[in-house]
Amino acid sequence: MNWLTDFFGDPAHWSGPDGIPARLLEHLAFSAAALLLAALIALPLGLWIGHTGRGAYFIVATVNVARAIPTLGLLVLFVLLLGTTTVWPVLIPLVALAAPPILVNTYEGVRGVDPDLRDAAYGMGLRGGQVLGRVLVPVALPLILLGLRLSAVQVVATTTVAAYAGLGGLGRFIIDGLATKDYASVAGGAVLVVLFALAVQLLFTLAQRTAVSPGVSRRQRVR
Amino acid sequence: MITFDRVTKRYPDGTVAVDDLSLEVPTGGITVFVGPSGCGKTTSLRMINRMIDPSEGRVLLDGVDVTTVDPPTLRRGIGYVIQQAGLFPHRKIVDNVATVPQLLGWDRRKARDRAMELLERVGLDTGLANRYPFQLSGGQQQRVGVARALAADPPVLLMDEPFSAVDPIVRASLQDELLRLQAELHKTIVFVTHDIDEAVKLGDRVAVLQVGGHLAQLDDPATLLARPADGFVQEFLGRDRGIRRLSFVPGEGLRLRDDLTVPVSADVASARGTAEPWLAVVGPDGGPLGWAATSGLPKSGTFEAVPLAPYGTFVRGRDSLRAALDAALLSPSGNAIAVDDSGRAEGVVTREVLDEALVLAAREASRVAGETRAGEGPGEAGGAREAADGR
Ligand SMILES: Nc1ncnc2c1ncn2[C@@H]1O[C@H](COP(=O)(O)OP(=O)(O)OP(=O)(O)O)[C@@H](O)[C@H]1O
Ligand SMILES: [Mg+2]
Repeated sequence: MNWLTDFFGDPAHWSGPDGIPARLLEHLAFSAAALLLAALIALPLGLWIGHTGRGAYFIVATVNVARAIPTLGLLVLFVLLLGTTTVWPVLIPLVALAAPPILVNTYEGVRGVDPDLRDAAYGMGLRGGQVLGRVLVPVALPLILLGLRLSAVQVVATTTVAAYAGLGGLGRFIIDGLATKDYASVAGGAVLVVLFALAVQLLFTLAQRTAVSPGVSRRQRVR
Repeated sequence: MITFDRVTKRYPDGTVAVDDLSLEVPTGGITVFVGPSGCGKTTSLRMINRMIDPSEGRVLLDGVDVTTVDPPTLRRGIGYVIQQAGLFPHRKIVDNVATVPQLLGWDRRKARDRAMELLERVGLDTGLANRYPFQLSGGQQQRVGVARALAADPPVLLMDEPFSAVDPIVRASLQDELLRLQAELHKTIVFVTHDIDEAVKLGDRVAVLQVGGHLAQLDDPATLLARPADGFVQEFLGRDRGIRRLSFVPGEGLRLRDDLTVPVSADVASARGTAEPWLAVVGPDGGPLGWAATSGLPKSGTFEAVPLAPYGTFVRGRDSLRAALDAALLSPSGNAIAVDDSGRAEGVVTREVLDEALVLAAREASRVAGETRAGEGPGEAGGAREAADGR
């Protein structure tokens, strides 16, 4: 158990390009980039399909394909194809991993809005875009955020494998540690990944609290 | 004025929901579309604000074909209330009500003030303004729905079974509230319901639709009840059509007797020797307390000590003959106590007076029914007509 104190207590682990802060930042940058790209693709697509009802088969196809393809296999494939000179071989599989939960939950969220509500919105004289932006999105927000959170947690965990491709991130502590039988490093890296994932969870819980209307989450306000 | 000009709606699956409908909805009145489920009421209503476009024919709003107007623009000028209220769950009550004013670009302040004013208008506590819809009861949500539809002061209001999801007591109060509002606002209202009682209570005119979207009859409620156009309408109106028609006979002209009331402070001796079996006892504030049987009066004292039987009242000058009859049926004496608006007893309407009024009402009903339908009316109306003619 003193592996952990060995690892976190060593001042050498807290500085330099392979120190904890630098690896943490790399991990953050990778995860954030993957999530952002995935969201940029999946959010508008999910909103559009949910709102118009057009292309719903695409959602089904995406889910099936996403279930079938292992991220690790994809990663290896891309590294073999593209080499390790750029971040893309890692980023593309991560985006492929992150996009489906966002897409599916956004779609389900928008499509699941009570048809009476949609009807009332049009009946009031809102235009299509206003119905989407002012009614459907706020009401579907819990599910949309859920999709983002599921993606984020998966991405954070999977970014660890970026180390296999010789890229940085917290995975390096684990991979390199295994290679050199430095089990303190392996344990420390694992703890860091878990803490990181928990922090992401917390972040999304806070986002949920602030962004979702109490009228939707049905939180009673004490007034 | 809203005009349906030979309107047909055929859905893509071939269902003809509305078939060659022509009718006019006059400005400033409540026109009710009533009929069994699936007869095309909702479809007809939604063709007015272009939630649905007709397959054939035209719907005109003040002479303008609605399909020439951009739907959102058209809808902002037409209030729309639906059964489940359809309030935006993520917005506070006040913001829900201010939806259309905000769409129309009113400034925040003005839209908010207007919303507060309307909440009061529809009988809601303005303290509810900062709540969310889920924190309101169904009846309160429906009121908010009405306030929201009225927010931008549209001349036309479309209401699709707005009160059918609430319990009967709340429904009755919402109906009364709507009639009160309408007396102030004079909107052109199209109201959809499948409840004939609601239709005759609210409608200035009632359009009875038959499955397949055929207009079976369009008349004012009293005429509708007295003279159903055909067997379908007659059946749809239901059993106690005759009794219900009495709701449209004013109770105003009923002759009052003022010698059948007695103050509770009076001495029972004053009533001894009267031939009347029942006297209405009136409290110090003028309100009725109950019926006293003159056969069982104590030897002495005031009416305070006399056991009283239950009673019914109706408001003379406001209530109908039906309410007067109901009041009489609630009293052991068979007489009704007439009260004024503040609940003070004005006098007693006796069985004999009610009887005369009922006969007159029956004659009037058969006269109306016989007028344009001589010889082809339903049997019962024909029979009554003979009786009336033999007068
Ligand atoms: N979108 C649609 N596609 C196909 N048929 C439809 C559609 N909407 C309604 N209909 C059909 O058109 C007919 C009239 O429907 P409508 O909703 O106007 O009836 P309604 O009188 O409002 O009935 P209810 O009292 O049950 O609300 C029904 O037979 C219904 O099944
Ligand atoms: Mg309907």
